[in-house]
Amino acid sequence: MTDNHIAAPKQLQGIGVSPGIIIGKAHLVDRSRVKIKYQYIIDDKKLGKEVERFKEALLITEEQIATLKSKMPDHVKEHAFILDSHLMILKDTMLTDATVQKITDEKINAEWALKKSLQEIRQIFKQIDDEYISSRINDVENVVERVLRNLSGEEQPHLSEIRERVIIVAHDLSPADTTELNIGRVMGFITDVGGRTSHTGILAHALQIPAVVALESITDMVKDRDLLIVDGNTGEVVIHPDDSDIIHYQDRQLQHEEYQSIIAKTGHLPATTADGHRIFIQANMEFLEEVAAVKDHGGDGIGLYRTEFLYLRSKELPSEEDLFEDYRQVAEILAPNPVTIRSLDLGGDKVPSTLEMSKEINPALGLRAIRFCLKEPEILKTQLRAILRASIYGQVHLMFPMVSGLQEILEAKEILAQAKDELDLEKIDYNHDIKVGIMIEVPSAVIMAEILARYVDFFSIGTNDLIQYALAIDRDNEHVAYLFQPFHPAILRMIQSVVSTAKNAGIGVSLCGEMAGDPLCLPFLLGLGLEELSMNARAIPLIKNFIRSITIEEARADFENVMKLNTARDIRAYALEQAKRLAPELGEKGYLQNHVQESHTQMERKKAGRP
Amino acid sequence: MEQVKKFRIQNELGLHARAAGKIVELGNQYNSKLFLKKDGLEVDGSSILSILTLSCPIGTEIQARIEGVDSEDFMEELSELFEQRFGEGK
Repeated sequence: MTDNHIAAPKQLQGIGVSPGIIIGKAHLVDRSRVKIKYQYIIDDKKLGKEVERFKEALLITEEQIATLKSKMPDHVKEHAFILDSHLMILKDTMLTDATVQKITDEKINAEWALKKSLQEIRQIFKQIDDEYISSRINDVENVVERVLRNLSGEEQPHLSEIRERVIIVAHDLSPADTTELNIGRVMGFITDVGGRTSHTGILAHALQIPAVVALESITDMVKDRDLLIVDGNTGEVVIHPDDSDIIHYQDRQLQHEEYQSIIAKTGHLPATTADGHRIFIQANMEFLEEVAAVKDHGGDGIGLYRTEFLYLRSKELPSEEDLFEDYRQVAEILAPNPVTIRSLDLGGDKVPSTLEMSKEINPALGLRAIRFCLKEPEILKTQLRAILRASIYGQVHLMFPMVSGLQEILEAKEILAQAKDELDLEKIDYNHDIKVGIMIEVPSAVIMAEILARYVDFFSIGTNDLIQYALAIDRDNEHVAYLFQPFHPAILRMIQSVVSTAKNAGIGVSLCGEMAGDPLCLPFLLGLGLEELSMNARAIPLIKNFIRSITIEEARADFENVMKLNTARDIRAYALEQAKRLAPELGEKGYLQNHVQESHTQMERKKAGRP
Repeated sequence: MEQVKKFRIQNELGLHARAAGKIVELGNQYNSKLFLKKDGLEVDGSSILSILTLSCPIGTEIQARIEGVDSEDFMEELSELFEQRFGEGK
């Protein structure tokens, strides 16, 4: 093995899920690698002792879990039942009796017998159809792991016993790990797996410490107390940094902190270009819990509220009351700022329904979103009733996804009219003039925009899907994923055409894909006439700040220049130069690299089958 | 003493870890032994893992059999647990 001091620096690239730069020592949390011995016990007299040793380890484990439970901080108390079920697993006959029997029958040591029992349980669980239940094997593994550590005399890796400030390096972090955490001593997290919405990212965000996930095999490369640099902005991690690395990142760290405090101070102020044009910056949101972040980051409302979560959460359809409560709260908290609620954007395969769904070969082109909702009008109507009822609690707008032509708008509006009639009959109040818009994300809707504009109050351009459908690329297909090009001249022309059509028709228009939060795209989007953008809440302060250094006049000229370029590569290069010139600090701090990151994350979400 | 009764799972997640845990917890308070049976397969009702392996989504019918001196009280409380959907509202 190479000695730490002479090991060469090594740079890795992951996904930055919580911003900030830190330099510190690694603390490896590795639960999956207890070294155990496999032994036959020839002497029968010793078998009794081996059983005793096993039972002793069970008792110690029980105490440890009980202690853990009693020490659980209040904010995670809701997870206490996980530890209760761990205690039950620990006492379960399938685990304990089976292990004792193996020790005596097969004359093997406790560790080996326990491993064998685990293997048996794993086999049984594998055959369970229900994914939720079969995944409980993780709990069994977690418990077995603790017992094995107690048998082998290896210490439990207690996160709470960390004595100095460290960077936690783990395969993944579970809510149970979090309960053990002495948060004051953790500088940041880096993990092998995970995505932007993983628990690690959410936790790091809440704690305001940097985190990088999806580093693949970081736990194999890092040893305890190795020196690390973690850049949560760019997703870079440096192992064994040399002096010049440290100086470089310390510099970035200082700049980052300075810059963050500047943009945070101005995040709540309206975004106005250098020549006085007000731009509305809204947030995309998925969970009710994100509302706080939207307000903290200075969002002028919600431009896209994805409503799929409540439908994915359980095996039954959510009730109108559930939906209403959720929408009402968001509307109320953000009032008087607008909240644009998008109706269900799922495929039938993900929704419990009366409709028999056959497996689709190409779900992106299949029965989903508005198509699915029109096939199942009762599901849509329930959601529309909830949205209508919430509309008196704030400024609520309604938006239909994946519209490909006028027929769908007419049918959806017919169901909306039915929902309104029902509420009228039931004497339930709602906003009769609720604004109704559509997502523009299917190329046919771009072509038909002029007609569609007569029937709706606003357009919202969903660039993620529009790029996929317009450039005919399956982003799950790694061979063509490189073609996912926001800077493709066809995409820019489509956006421009939709924006000018909307303006001519006198209806609202905004853009809500990943492009909206990308500093590289910003000058073009302003240049082609957009005045409303909706993005990931975290990008808001940065984008607002960047807007203040742009003049619309210059942005228009920029866009005209770009229209003369004919390849995505040329346009991207031009964009990079412009962004560096307009906001040199962005380039220096690595914010412009985030551009690549975002689309990477997007792909990952797609892969995970998320909307 | 033996008590036998059939139940239908009504909570939306089915008989998952938390619900199964409540059954085991209840059983710990009694001397009688509980067995749960689904599709001809009977398992030990004091083992959370065994209950999970029955794999009971919402709508499943299972049979509870309790053997022992306090089986009557046990069955009564067990019925309540099922009726209240394990305290999960729905």
